[in-house]
Parts: sequence; structure tokens; C-alpha cells
Amino acid sequence: MHNINIVMRRELASYFATPLAYVFILIFLVLANACTFYFGGLYERGQADLDPFFSFLPWLYLFLIPAIAMRLWAEERHSGTIELLLTQPLRLSQAVLGKFLAAWLFTALALALTFPLWLTINYLGHPDNGAILAAYLGSLLLAGGFLAVGSCMSALTRSQVVAFILAVSVCFLFMLSGFPLVLDVFRGWAPQGVVDAVASLSFLGHFSAIVKGVIDLRDLLYFAMLIGLFLLATTVTLDLHKAD
Amino acid sequence: MIRCENLSKHYGRLQAVQGISFQVQPGEVLGFLGPNGAGKTTTMRMLAGFVTPSGGSASINGHDVVEDPLAAKAQLGYLPEGAPSYAEMTVRQFLNFIADLRGLTGARRRERLEAVIGRLQLGGVLQQSIETLSKGFRRRVALAQAILHDPPVLILDEPTDGLDPNQKHEVRTLIGTMARDKIIVISTHVLEEVDALCTRAIIIAGGRIVADDTPAALAARSPTHSLEEVFRSITT
Repeated sequence: MHNINIVMRRELASYFATPLAYVFILIFLVLANACTFYFGGLYERGQADLDPFFSFLPWLYLFLIPAIAMRLWAEERHSGTIELLLTQPLRLSQAVLGKFLAAWLFTALALALTFPLWLTINYLGHPDNGAILAAYLGSLLLAGGFLAVGSCMSALTRSQVVAFILAVSVCFLFMLSGFPLVLDVFRGWAPQGVVDAVASLSFLGHFSAIVKGVIDLRDLLYFAMLIGLFLLATTVTLDLHKAD
Repeated sequence: MIRCENLSKHYGRLQAVQGISFQVQPGEVLGFLGPNGAGKTTTMRMLAGFVTPSGGSASINGHDVVEDPLAAKAQLGYLPEGAPSYAEMTVRQFLNFIADLRGLTGARRRERLEAVIGRLQLGGVLQQSIETLSKGFRRRVALAQAILHDPPVLILDEPTDGLDPNQKHEVRTLIGTMARDKIIVISTHVLEEVDALCTRAIIIAGGRIVADDTPAALAARSPTHSLEEVFRSITT
């Protein structure tokens, strides 16, 4: 636990030592608000909820989260600091977890900074704040899922650009796995059970279930297992390829 | 004690290290010599627990590097090739980070930080970010990281590479003063360094040990007593 905390704090500090943190937060907030007010028509809808915000958020995350995750391991491998880090007396899994948690905390901070939207909607009407809280929790879990995928892709390569493209592609597939675009690939030949299994992997399916205000244990478990699985894959990948 | 037995590493079909065995006792300064690509760095990485051996075994003070990596790493100070460090951190942040990972606390932590900062003359650049430092300073920061916890075993991959003659001298003196009760393994291309610093030299070529002797005995193999000549005749 102690080592995870040390790695996490260093990683988090490194975001703020470079323009990365400020640029990311600024772009995220501008885009989130633009989507909510212009495309989502928050005012015009005349409804006191944040649905416009939460329906655009996954698409925003699709590009912005891989931009955070791409540097997690690719940069360490490129600059050689991975050798320095992994020859200190800590476990590889502690390093993987520490860096992931730093990125997750950072996205949580960015998400928390959208609070003026919540203030606005509460000023305008009487929204269901329980549902909004659930939706924020869902967003945090979604960000965690994207980050875990991104962490794994970042461990595969020394190039941050390659890591970014891989992460966006894999996340995109996970997002759409409940849609015909992906399911039709399986429908032709796979049994219905497989098609249903692929459909149930969808980020969006589980995310929208939580955003509706229904916190089902299965949806929470889905994200927890997804994050665990991809962090495990990150650890295995690094163990095999760290010195290449 | 460092003990390597039949240590080997292959990447696919490439045999980087082919069955290296040696032991190093406290008080010894072992120089690793050999042409580029001979397997020096791979061997050091296996000892440091960064590369997993394909065969054979290695232990640091009785702790196997594969079976018990954390205990082995705790015994060890390691300077990786190219002396990497986190560029965006200041020197002080970086050294504090390493002190945290090494579990240094309280008075001992202050004392060790003060000692390495003084020893490697980092006092003037503590608040500077590492990316703004010269190559010589960066190497000293990475070296400070390796000796911060005062480990009984030091493995330094090209510790004086990129330093000016004065800094080289300073680092050699530093290694010399630490040599008495520690095990030190350094790799280098500077043969005079082996003469000045090492009590023993191992020459590696093609992933195998081709010579293992004191620098003086090695030099005596050539009629002109030149280590360089011996090195060339063995490795080409």
C-alpha cells in the first residue's frame, strides 16, 4: 500500500509539473460545456437534468482519456526510467496500480470541476440529485475502464502515439460492442450466446444503466472486473516486454 | 556476495549472455569490460532484477534475484545504462522519491540525503528540474540515487560516461572510498579506469567470459604491459 501511494504521488505531481494537467482540464471543461449547451441543448430542452452532459461524456472520454493514459508506460519505456523504477524494491503490480490510480484521480479531479453544471441545473430547476450523483459515479467508473485499457495499450509500445491510437481503437470497440456495427461481425457465425456475451461487454450499455440512476451491482462488477483484468494484462505485458 | 551460476539470456534466437558464472566478495571492485553488444548490460540488468534470466541463477547476498527479488533489490544500488531519471522532477523531488521507495525515514533519511548531496555536489541544483541540467549533473543525480540508501552492493553501468575529466576523477574517488566494505561492479569502456579503480577485471565477448583476472595480471599478458592491447587481442 505504501509503495502504491509513493508511485501515485510522484505520477500525479508529474502531471502538474508539465502543462499536461492544465491543458487537459481546460480542453475537457470547454468541450464538455460546449457539448452540453450547444449539441445537447441543455436550456432548450426545458428539463432539469444533466442528460445532455452525460450522453456526450463517453464520446469525449473516448479521445481524452487515451491522451492521459498513453504516457503511463510508453514514456517510461521510451526514456528508460522504467529500468530505474523497477529496480527499486517494489512490486511491478504496485507500480502499475500506483500509476493507474494517479491517472484515475486526475480524471476524477477534471470530472469534479464540471460542478458548475450541477449548480446551474439546481438553480434552474429541481433535478433528481440522486440520479446525478449516480451518473457521476458511472462516469468515474467509465473513466477507470478507459484508463485501464489505455494503461495496457501503453505498456505494449514505446511510442505514445501508437499507444494513443491503440487505446482509442480498443475503447471504441468496447463502447460499441452492444451496437450492430460490432455485433453483425459475430451474428453470421457465432451462436447467440456469444453474441449476447459480446453485447454485454459494452461500455455504453453498463454506463447508461448507471446514468439512469439505477446502481445495479452487476454494472459495478462489470467495471471493477474490466479494470482489474486490464491492469493484470498491463502487469503481464510489462513483465514480458519491459526490457525490450 | 554476488554469485552468478551459468547465467544466460536469449532474446528469440539471439544469445545475449551464454552461461556466465562468477562470484564477487566484499572489498572487490569488479570491472566489466567488453565490446558493445557483448552482454555486459544484459548481465547487469539480470543482477539488478530488471531482465529475467533465461537460464542459470544469480543471488545478491544470498537472495536469489528471481525467487526473492525485493530482498535482492534492497541490498542493491543500481545505476542503469544511460543514467535515466525523471526529467520533469527537481533534483530534490527526485531524491525524496527514491528515499521514499527505499524506506528511509527520520534522522537516517536526512543524514543520507545530506551525504549524497554533499558527496556529488548537488547542493546548487536541488531546486532545478532535471531536464535543465547538464549531462554531467544528470549522471551525478542518477548516481546519487544508486548510493542513497548506502547499499552493500553497487552495480554501476558506465558510471563515468559523459563526465568531464574532473568529474570523472571525483566519481572514481567516490567509488574508491566506498570500495573497502562494499561489493562494486562497474562496466566501462575506459581501460585506464580499470587500472585505477578495479581490483579485478572480467572481459566479456559474445556473451561469454573470456578473461577473469586482476588488471595487472591481464596487462602482463602483453609484451608491452598494455591492457588495451590485451583487450583487443582477446575480443577481436
